[in-house]
Amino acid sequence: MVESAPLAASRTVSGEVRARIEREMARYPQRRGALLAALRWVQDERGWVSPEATTEVAEIFGLHPLEVIEVISFYNMLHDRPVGRHEVHVCTSLACSLRGARGLLRALEAHVGVRSGETSADGRITLGHEECLGACSGAPMLRIGPTYHENLDVAKAKALLDGLE
Amino acid sequence: MHATPHVTGYLSEHFGDDAFVTLEGYRARGGYEAARRALTALSPADVIELVTASGLQGRGGAGFSTGQKWGFMPRGGERPKVLVCNADESEPGSFKDRLLMERGPHQLLEGILIGAWATGAERTFLYIRGEYAHATAVLELAIREARSAGILGDRVLGTGFRHDVVLVRGAGAYICGEETGLLESLEGKKGQPRRKPPYPAESGAFGMPTTVNNVETFCHVPEIVRRGAERFRRVGTEQSPGTTLFGVSGHIARPGLFELPLGTRLDTLIHEHAGGVPGGKRLKGVIPGGVSMPILPADQLDVPLANESLRERGTSLGTGGVMVMDEDTCMVRVACVISWFFRDESCGQCTQCREGTGWIHQICARLERGEGRREDLDILLEVAGKMEGATICAFADAAAWPIQGLLRHFRADFEAHLGSEGRGAGGRGRCPFPHSFEL
Repeated sequence: MVESAPLAASRTVSGEVRARIEREMARYPQRRGALLAALRWVQDERGWVSPEATTEVAEIFGLHPLEVIEVISFYNMLHDRPVGRHEVHVCTSLACSLRGARGLLRALEAHVGVRSGETSADGRITLGHEECLGACSGAPMLRIGPTYHENLDVAKAKALLDGLE
Repeated sequence: MHATPHVTGYLSEHFGDDAFVTLEGYRARGGYEAARRALTALSPADVIELVTASGLQGRGGAGFSTGQKWGFMPRGGERPKVLVCNADESEPGSFKDRLLMERGPHQLLEGILIGAWATGAERTFLYIRGEYAHATAVLELAIREARSAGILGDRVLGTGFRHDVVLVRGAGAYICGEETGLLESLEGKKGQPRRKPPYPAESGAFGMPTTVNNVETFCHVPEIVRRGAERFRRVGTEQSPGTTLFGVSGHIARPGLFELPLGTRLDTLIHEHAGGVPGGKRLKGVIPGGVSMPILPADQLDVPLANESLRERGTSLGTGGVMVMDEDTCMVRVACVISWFFRDESCGQCTQCREGTGWIHQICARLERGEGRREDLDILLEVAGKMEGATICAFADAAAWPIQGLLRHFRADFEAHLGSEGRGAGGRGRCPFPHSFEL
């Protein structure tokens, strides 16, 4: 699936991101140091790193696509399939679990109608759980994309999700 | 959010002060004067000697002498050297580094600059976990400010010393907090830890001599340069001097950060500072330093929070993440939560860890469901024992120790799940702790 995307034919990665990647490479003794940043920017454009984008990134870095695929699959924050418009992650570490995080996750699963790890049918929300988000004193908490929401209960968390477009 | 610690010291006294985040505000409070003094009045060897004399121990979990670590870097030579700031704080129960970055970014940069001078590093890679978006934004701004003010760049603070800080974001993997896993990730690879030797001081990031220090560790350094090793040693214990940021969470009345001297007793922290267990409930157990560290039962809270004394109780200070559990807590559920985490985060390189973390979780889960067998308790200990010390990095130890600790102190909880005939009673509803947290 990664062999069928010649670089010039389909440019999934924008010129802007390509230029940004080139600049980032100069900050490292070896160009590959910029790979995680490159994948994050590519993902920021489309929400995920598609097979075509993976091939293009591999070409930019002079790597085999498999070397890029294994990096994507290793890191939780890189996605090799589409996700919802909003990524909601409940922290289920021990500190949060002791304060009801797992009950909160179950309640949100029922509220959104998905299991953790799945995306709602309307593509609005991908619900997941993560450990540990480093906000243990505000447990239970969740993040919506980059933004933390702490000291939650089920009602507050549902209201947050309901407010997402 | 609890941005301001409930108890502060030199590390955190300005956390409530928004101006402290800016370069102007930091300088107005004496910021970068320690770096200036180090660069103009002290040689790199002087700084290493000073930090060694202070007894500062790394605050990332291992507790190694920072001065000694800096001393491992080769002197002079042609090869460029680098410093790495480990800001991949991910240990469940730990949140101090995030607040140190969000509330005092220049304090961290000043510590880094002094470390760079001491080790002769031209560049620091500040590797921050991908989830810490706000801390990243704060640091980006602080680095930009420092560059335009000549604090970073070709002539640091007007001297001939050159240094720059490169902010690198992780992408979600606990193992990247392990120093060689971090170095792999920095190079754009999977974060699978390296075999040692070679040690990072010989061949680290991109093959260059490298020293890796934790965020909090760097943040102590300006104070040591400012006020001297003797003053730094005035609080804390002989072997573990200085203060640290304890993060208290779980079943506790006042969760948050507490900057206190190392050697503060655990019961003092929990009862006097953090308000004890809420709801009139009794305390059952405390994990003193993040989930990797074995739990202590309620009758052992008289222990001073310092590595030397915690080790005597079979545990360690780790990252200072103190998690408190009340009397209703089912320790088999605690084992499930912890073992699930380690199973999920094992990098998969070593068989003992990849398989062992999975087995431990499966056994804990079936015990919790009431489907366990009496021999499961021994199998847990056997698997944990075979993981310890058998792998490339300390992750497998970190996965084994908490399970050993839970069985050492709370074996009765595991037995209770077996039922009177030594076979699980079956069914989730039969957990003998009906008021425990939900799994």
